[in-house]
Amino acid sequence: MDLQIALLLGQDGVVNGAIYALLALALVLVFAVTRVIFIPQGEFVAYGALTLVSLQAGHAPGTLWLMLVLGAAVAAIDGPAAWRQGRRRLAGLLGRQLLYPFVIAALVLGAAPRDWPVLLQVALALVIVVPLGPQLYRLIYQPVAEASVLVLLIVSVALHLALVGLGLLFFGAEGSRTPAFSEASFEVGGLTVSGQSLWVIGASALLIVALYVFFEKSLYGKALRATAINRAGARLMGISTTLAGKLTFLLAAAIGALSGILIAPITTIYYDTGFLVGLKGFVGAIVGGLASYPVAAAGALLVGLLESFSSFWASAFKEVIVFTLIIPVLVWRSLTTRYVEEEE
Amino acid sequence: MSRQRLILGVALALLALGPLVLPEFYITLLNYIGLYALVALGLVLLTGVGGLTSFGQAAFVGLGAYATAALTTATALPAWLAPLANPWGGLLAGLLLTALVALLLGLLTLRLSGHYLPLGTIAWGISLYFLFGNLEFLGGHTGISGIPPLRFGGFELRDGRHFYYLIWVVLLAAVWLTSNLLDSRAGRAIRALKGGALMAEAMGIDTGRAKMVIFLIAALFACLSGWLYAHLQRFVNPTPFGLHIGIEYLFMAVIGGAAHVWGALLGAAVITVLKQWLQDLLPQLFGATGNFEVIGFGLLMIFMLHRAREGLWPWLTRWFPASARRPASAEFAAEPLPARAVPPAGTPLLEVKDAVKQFGGLVANDRMSLGVASGEILALIGPNGAGKSTLFNLITGVDPPTSGEVRFLGERVDGRSSRAIARMGMSRTFQHVRLLPGMSVLENVALGAHLRGRHGVPAAMLHLERAEEGRLLAEAARQCARVGLGEHLHDAAGSLPLGKQRIVEIARALAADPCLLLLDEPAAGLRFLEKRSLAELLRQLRAGGMGILLVEHDMEFVMDLADRVVVMEFGKKIAAGLPREVQSDPAVIEAYLGGVD
Amino acid sequence: MSASNREPILEVSDLCVSYGKVEALHHVSLKVRPGEIVTVIGPNGAGKTTLLSAIMGVLPLSRGEIRYQGETCRHIDIERMVARGMTLVPEKRELFGEMSVEDNLLLGAFMRRRLGFRDERQTLAQVYEIFPRLKERERQMAGTLSGGERQMLAVGRALMAQPKILMLDEPSLGLAPLIVREIFRVIGDLRQTGVAILLIEQNARAALQISDYGYVLETGEVALEGASAQLEDDPKVIESYLGLGGGQH
Repeated sequence: MDLQIALLLGQDGVVNGAIYALLALALVLVFAVTRVIFIPQGEFVAYGALTLVSLQAGHAPGTLWLMLVLGAAVAAIDGPAAWRQGRRRLAGLLGRQLLYPFVIAALVLGAAPRDWPVLLQVALALVIVVPLGPQLYRLIYQPVAEASVLVLLIVSVALHLALVGLGLLFFGAEGSRTPAFSEASFEVGGLTVSGQSLWVIGASALLIVALYVFFEKSLYGKALRATAINRAGARLMGISTTLAGKLTFLLAAAIGALSGILIAPITTIYYDTGFLVGLKGFVGAIVGGLASYPVAAAGALLVGLLESFSSFWASAFKEVIVFTLIIPVLVWRSLTTRYVEEEE
Repeated sequence: MSRQRLILGVALALLALGPLVLPEFYITLLNYIGLYALVALGLVLLTGVGGLTSFGQAAFVGLGAYATAALTTATALPAWLAPLANPWGGLLAGLLLTALVALLLGLLTLRLSGHYLPLGTIAWGISLYFLFGNLEFLGGHTGISGIPPLRFGGFELRDGRHFYYLIWVVLLAAVWLTSNLLDSRAGRAIRALKGGALMAEAMGIDTGRAKMVIFLIAALFACLSGWLYAHLQRFVNPTPFGLHIGIEYLFMAVIGGAAHVWGALLGAAVITVLKQWLQDLLPQLFGATGNFEVIGFGLLMIFMLHRAREGLWPWLTRWFPASARRPASAEFAAEPLPARAVPPAGTPLLEVKDAVKQFGGLVANDRMSLGVASGEILALIGPNGAGKSTLFNLITGVDPPTSGEVRFLGERVDGRSSRAIARMGMSRTFQHVRLLPGMSVLENVALGAHLRGRHGVPAAMLHLERAEEGRLLAEAARQCARVGLGEHLHDAAGSLPLGKQRIVEIARALAADPCLLLLDEPAAGLRFLEKRSLAELLRQLRAGGMGILLVEHDMEFVMDLADRVVVMEFGKKIAAGLPREVQSDPAVIEAYLGGVD
Repeated sequence: MSASNREPILEVSDLCVSYGKVEALHHVSLKVRPGEIVTVIGPNGAGKTTLLSAIMGVLPLSRGEIRYQGETCRHIDIERMVARGMTLVPEKRELFGEMSVEDNLLLGAFMRRRLGFRDERQTLAQVYEIFPRLKERERQMAGTLSGGERQMLAVGRALMAQPKILMLDEPSLGLAPLIVREIFRVIGDLRQTGVAILLIEQNARAALQISDYGYVLETGEVALEGASAQLEDDPKVIESYLGLGGGQH
C-alpha cells in the first residue's frame, strides 16, 4: 500500500466515521435519557435516504403513509385524555398528529417536489421522517417506559424487525443512490477530496456543535441532561419522562435521517442497510460506555477507519474485525470500572 | 396423582403418538419446535432465571452444527482427528469447542453489568456468523452438504418421523435436568443472581461461578441443538446461525415466559407456528413476495410485551392452578446438619481497630474501634447517616477499609471478600431487606445454609443430592419455626409485611450457623409484641454463646437488650459503655435529641 | 394562629397504601393549611416516605382520598402536581450531580417556565439571598458539594418552583447540628411567605420545635397527633419515641 491509497482509505474512513459518530451520539443520548438501546436507529438512516430517493423520483414515499397512520393512532389513544384536559391540549394534539401529516401529504402529492431544489427536497424528507421518532416513542415505548432495560431492548429489536419489513414494503428490495449535493472535487497534496465528503464531514461537525449548544445552553437541553443524570430528580422538577422521551426520539430520528441523506450519494442504500450502519455506530457508542459523548464520537471515527483499512487488507473479514473490536473494549471497561451494587 | 402430573402424562402420550398419525408437514414443524425449544431452554436458565441476556445463542448452535458437519464430511483429516470423523465424534468435538468458546467469551463478558452483556453478545454473534460465511474449509456462504445421517447400531435415522423421537427425547431430558437443577442448592444460588450480587455473596455464593455455569449450560444446549439440526438437514450454511435467528431464540424465551422451563417449549411453538402462518398470509395481503412476516411478527411481539411482560406461560398456568401438597415445618424430618463448635462465652470474636473509610473527600468512618465477644450483644446506635451501615460493610467485607484493621476470630479479615468472611462464621441481615420476593420463605432461608451443603451442579441436575437437600430444607424449616415463621414457609417472601421480611432475613442469617450475627435495624417496622419476641430470640441466641452486633434506632429495645452500647455520630465513636451510662451521657443526648436552640 | 382558620391546602383522609399484599399505611389522615408547618415524625420503617410518595402521586392508593387545593386528586402524576405548586425535597436530595449549582437551581423553575412564567432570575436572586453559600458555589458541580450545601441546594431548587406547598423528607439526615439549625431556621422563616410546609422528620425534637402541628406515625398508623408544643411535652412521645425515657425532662 502506498501513501496515495492510505490517504484515500483514510478519507473514506473519516467520512464513514463521521456518520457513525452522529449515530453513536444519538444512541448515547437515547440510552442516557430513556434507557432504551435504540436498535431501530439504523432504520431512520435508511428511511431518510430512501424517502429522499422517492421524492426525487416523483413518488409519494411510504413513510408518508406511515406518518399519517401513526398520527391517527396517537390521536386516537391520547384524544380522550386531551379532551378532559381542555380545548388547547386537544387542539395541539390534533394539529400535530392529524393536520400536520395531512398538510405534508398535500404538499407531496400536490406541489410536485420532484422539481424542487435539492435542499428543499432534503427538508421535505426530514419533515416526513423525523415525526416518526416521537410517534414511535408514544406508541411503542411509552407504555413500557418503566420496564427493565432488557424488556426495552427486546421491544427495540422487535420494532427494528417491523420497521425493516415496512422498509421493504415501502421501497422495494432495490438499492438506490441520490445525486451528490456537490460535484466539485479538490486536489489537496495529491489527494482528490470529493465535495460530497466535505459535505458529510462539514454537516456532521455542524450538527455536533449544534447539539452541544442545545445541551449546554437551552433549558430543554438541560432538562434532557438532568433526566439522564437523575430521572427521579428530574421528575420532581416536573420534567416528565414522556416529554423527555419524545424530545429525545425527535433528535434521534433527525440525526438518523440526516445521516442517511448525507451518505446516500456515496453508498447504495437498501431498505435494510440501516441495521449494519447503526450497529457500527453502536460499536462507537459502546466504546464510549453509552455515557460519554466525546469518547463515543472518537470510537465511531476509529470504527470508520478500521473498517476502511480492513476492507483493503482483508475485505472478507471486514465485519468480523469491526465487531470483534467491541470485545477488547468491553474487557478493558470491565477491568477498569468497579462494579457497584445499585442501592435502592 | 396430581392434576399437573396428569396433564403432563397426557401431553407426553400425545407427543409419542404424533408421528403415527400426523402428516409430514406437522412432523417437520414439531421437529423444528423441538430444536428451537432446546436453545430457548438454555435462555430460560440464562436470561429468565439468571438475568443474563444473550442475543448470540444462534452462534453456539452454529458451532455445534459446523463442528459435526466439518468432521463428518472432511476428506483429508490429520491423523489425530480421524477418530472424530463420525457424528459422535462431531458431537464431542462440538461440545468441547462450544465449552471452550463459551468459557472464553464468558470470561470476557460475564463480568460486565447490565446492558453491556447483551451488546457484547450481539458483537460476537455477528462475528461468528461472518466467520462461518468466510472460512474456506467451512464452505463459505454455500455451506457444507452431504452430512451423513445418524446411526444407532444398524438403524439409520433418515426419516423425519424417526428423528422426531430423538429430538423430543433429548429435549425432554434437558427439561428434566434443568428443572432438577433449579430445584436444588445450586439452583437457589442461580436464582439468587437476580436479587443482586451483594446478598448472594454475603450468603457465601460465588456469583461469578454461578453465572459462568448457566452460560455454559445454555451454550451446550444450543450446541446440542445444532448437532441435531446438522444431522436432520444433512446440510448446513451460515443463514440459520445469524444474529436475527439469535434474536428469535430470545423472543421465544421471553414470549413463552422466560422464568419457566416449560415456557421455552411454549415460546418455541408459538413463534414457529406464528412465523409459518404469517409467511403464508402476508404476501397474499400485500400482493407481493418478500420477507413481510417480520412486520407482523415484530408488532405482535411488541403487543405481547405491552400486555404480558412475564410471557405466556404464567398466563396459561393461571387456568391450571398447582395442587401440590406442601409440607408443614414439622414434617421436615432429616438428620440435622453438623453445627459449628461454639466458642466459650467471652471469647473475643470481632475486633475493629481504628477503621477509617473515606469516599472521596467524605470520611464516613473515622478511626472507629469496637469489639464483640461470644455470648454478648453489642448495640451500635447513632442518628441516621452516622456511618453505621458503612461500618457494617467494612466488617462484612463488602467494602475494604481505607485504613485500620478488622479481626474476626483472631484473623485479619479486612480486604477479604464477603464470601470468605461468611465462610468463617459471620452472618448478617440488611437494612434494606434483600430477599428474593418471588421465592418462598423456606427457600429464602435455605439460601442462608448455602455454605453448609457441598453438592454441585451435576449432582443437582441428576437429583443425586436429595439427602443433602432434605437436610438443608429441614434446617431452613427449623430456623423458620424458631423465629416464628412456621406458618409462612411456603408463602412468597415478598408477600409478607416488611417487619416480617426482616425476620426472614434473621432466619436466613441463622441458617448459616454463624458464631457472630450482625443485625441491621431488625426491629424497624415491628409491632410491640413482635419486638418482644425478637428480643426473646436474641437473648436465647446470646445464652447459646452467639455474639451479636446490633444496629438499632429503637432505644427501648436496645437499652433492655444490649450488654454494651457504642454510639456513633458523623463517623466517630462519641460514647461507649453500659446502657445506663450511655443514656445519661450529655454528648449522646445532644446527638439524639438535637434541637434548634 | 390565623393559619388554623384557613381552608387546608392539603387534606389526606383515611389513606391506605399497599405494596402488593403488604399494607404500608393504614387509615392515615392529616391536614396542612397555608402558612402552617406540619410535621410527621416516627421511626425508620414507619411509612413516612411512603406517605409523601402517595401524596406526590407516585404510588397508587388502595383506599382513602387526597384533596389538594379543594380538589380530589385522581389519575394524578408528579408533573401535574408540580404544575399545581406541590414540591418535594426528597430524602436522597436527587440533585443533578454533574451539573452546576446554578443549572440545578434553574431546572427547579422548569415547570414555571413551561407554564409561561419568565421570573426565574428574580427567584434565583432570592434563593441566593436565603443561601449565600450557594451563590459562592454557583459554578461548582453539584456532585462536589458538602452534605450541608447539598441540602441547601435541594431546598433552594425546590423554592425555585415558588411552591404553594413544600414537602421535606428528613432534611436533617446526616447533617451536622449547626447545619441542621441553619436549614431549620430557613424552614421556619418560610412560614412568613405563606407557603404550607409538610415536614417529615426523624429528628423529633427539632421538628416539633419549629412546627405548629405534629403527627406521630408508627408502623403505618397515626399513633398520636396534636399541637407541636403539646407533643413535645407528652410523656408518651418522650418515652416511646424519643426513647431515652424519664429523667431527661
